[in-house]
Amino acid sequence: MKTFYGTRLPNPLMLGTAQYPSPAILERAFRESGAGVATVSLRRESGAGQTFWQMIRELGVLILPNTAGCHTVKEAVTTAHMAREVFETPWIKLELIGHTDSLQPDVFQLVEAARILTEDGFQVFPYTTDDLIVGERLLEAGCEVLMPWGAPIGSGRGLNNEYALRAMRAEFTDVPLVIDAGIGLPSHAAHAMELGYDAVLLNTAVARAGDPQMMARAMARGIEAGMLAHQADPIEPRDMAEPSTPVIGKAFLS
Amino acid sequence: MKIVLNGAPREVCAQTLSELLEECGFSGRVATAVNEVFVASSLRISHRLADGDRVEVVAPMQGG
Repeated sequence: MKTFYGTRLPNPLMLGTAQYPSPAILERAFRESGAGVATVSLRRESGAGQTFWQMIRELGVLILPNTAGCHTVKEAVTTAHMAREVFETPWIKLELIGHTDSLQPDVFQLVEAARILTEDGFQVFPYTTDDLIVGERLLEAGCEVLMPWGAPIGSGRGLNNEYALRAMRAEFTDVPLVIDAGIGLPSHAAHAMELGYDAVLLNTAVARAGDPQMMARAMARGIEAGMLAHQADPIEPRDMAEPSTPVIGKAFLS
Repeated sequence: MKIVLNGAPREVCAQTLSELLEECGFSGRVATAVNEVFVASSLRISHRLADGDRVEVVAPMQGG
């Protein structure tokens, strides 16, 4: 498994911490999934922040703060600085939202913010599209990880553009690639790993499932299955049937 | 003086950012920005507030 800014993850699942029915269920889902990374955010302190922080620390996982909801470079950069201080990590999941309905990243501002933050010593995990040229620009800006979307955040649609994601994998052979957003089912997560992606970041699919704990387990297994399948060098699909049972030696009975 | 704290107008006695946090009961792990500029925790003690300042105090929260 590739490293993420020099850090080896215990497994390829990064799990979000939002939208769970309760903190206890969040905790159980995390333990069940075995995820080694938790995404978190910063919001105006209303009293709940310290309890949440205590619980996340007790999970003993790596923390990946986000800049969710930021629409400008300035907002995202300021949020990243606040996150680095609060969470004591140079990691930042850089989100720069460009479109209200699709939450599609504004890739122009994303590249600019990634450059500024890298120069400031951050290790940027950019939430991006599956565009190859944007990927190149982000790498030039100093990113060592790319996180293309599978589908819009929270949509649960899986991998909308397999062709583009395959192309991205083929283009950036040595770069850790994470499918971030759009995963709804373990089969989607398995699909991402079968394509050779290095990790999957998801939240809603687990948190909003009827049984988040069970879905967390299902996701972990889907990811493991996909990863093993990729390593096992799967067969190529073909148009026509090919008998799997030997033809030679069949008794003449007709 | 009058400031805006996390979007709400407030009348406070504090002269510096660290005094403001104490006066308003913030403790634990928070980050601060004044007028949309990040103020590191080490600088709060010397950061003097002015009338009309917009102060943001944020804390860890769930996120995806």
